[in-house]
Amino acid sequence: MTVRELQETFGFGVVAMPQPDRTVSGGYVGDLLSWVMGRAQADQVWITIMSNVNTVAVASLSDVSTVLLAEGVTLDEELVRTAEEKSVNVLCSDLSAFRLAALLGPAV
Amino acid sequence: MSESLNFHYDVDGENFVSAGQASVELKKMLRRLGLPPDTIRRLSIAMYEGEINMVIHAGGGAADVEVYEDKVVIRLVDHGPGIADVELAMQEGYSTATDSVRSLGFGAGMGLPNMKRYTDEMSIDSVVGEGTTITMTVYINQ
Repeated sequence: MTVRELQETFGFGVVAMPQPDRTVSGGYVGDLLSWVMGRAQADQVWITIMSNVNTVAVASLSDVSTVLLAEGVTLDEELVRTAEEKSVNVLCSDLSAFRLAALLGPAV
Repeated sequence: MSESLNFHYDVDGENFVSAGQASVELKKMLRRLGLPPDTIRRLSIAMYEGEINMVIHAGGGAADVEVYEDKVVIRLVDHGPGIADVELAMQEGYSTATDSVRSLGFGAGMGLPNMKRYTDEMSIDSVVGEGTTITMTVYINQ
């Protein structure tokens, strides 16, 4: 499944989607950035409530295919630009991280 | 062939906004050089963790990267407080970061362990009161 398909299938909000055709394969949930860098794999969807500038950096360096912000969290305007510049996809949802993981588990 | 391409990055100790700048630059440069994606990922994460450590603990520092035909060597040098007990610092979950740092998502005690996890060789040379030098090597195509 691609990031765009994921977004459309589940009706997620688009914060930034510079690379809609990236493949999503598996996922990781976490807010501690080093934990994410140590455990998340390339091409996964990363579900988090952490939404500062470091989130974008960690997503870029970890090569996750998209960040999925849970609980209605979003990025401020400047960070949206940073995400686009760094080719980092960021989606958002009002659901909790638990609900999102349960929802996406069978799909990706 | 022992010749290398050398790159130098200064790490600003003052803010978390620019933290990661050197890692992102390194990642771009390694991409241009055509290194395998997994190698780039490992090096970028190791570099980022090192950068964040220098910002959190040492008031900044410098990173020198040497790219050889068969390996990449990153040397991180800071003049911070040094690491009193390296073995303890290497334990997953051990951290001396402040609450404000933790609220940004750091301070999980995974920085040094991640640097070790993603590199083939890592050495820590630290003197309390003088600073820390960390040397990390990742072999290409291994």
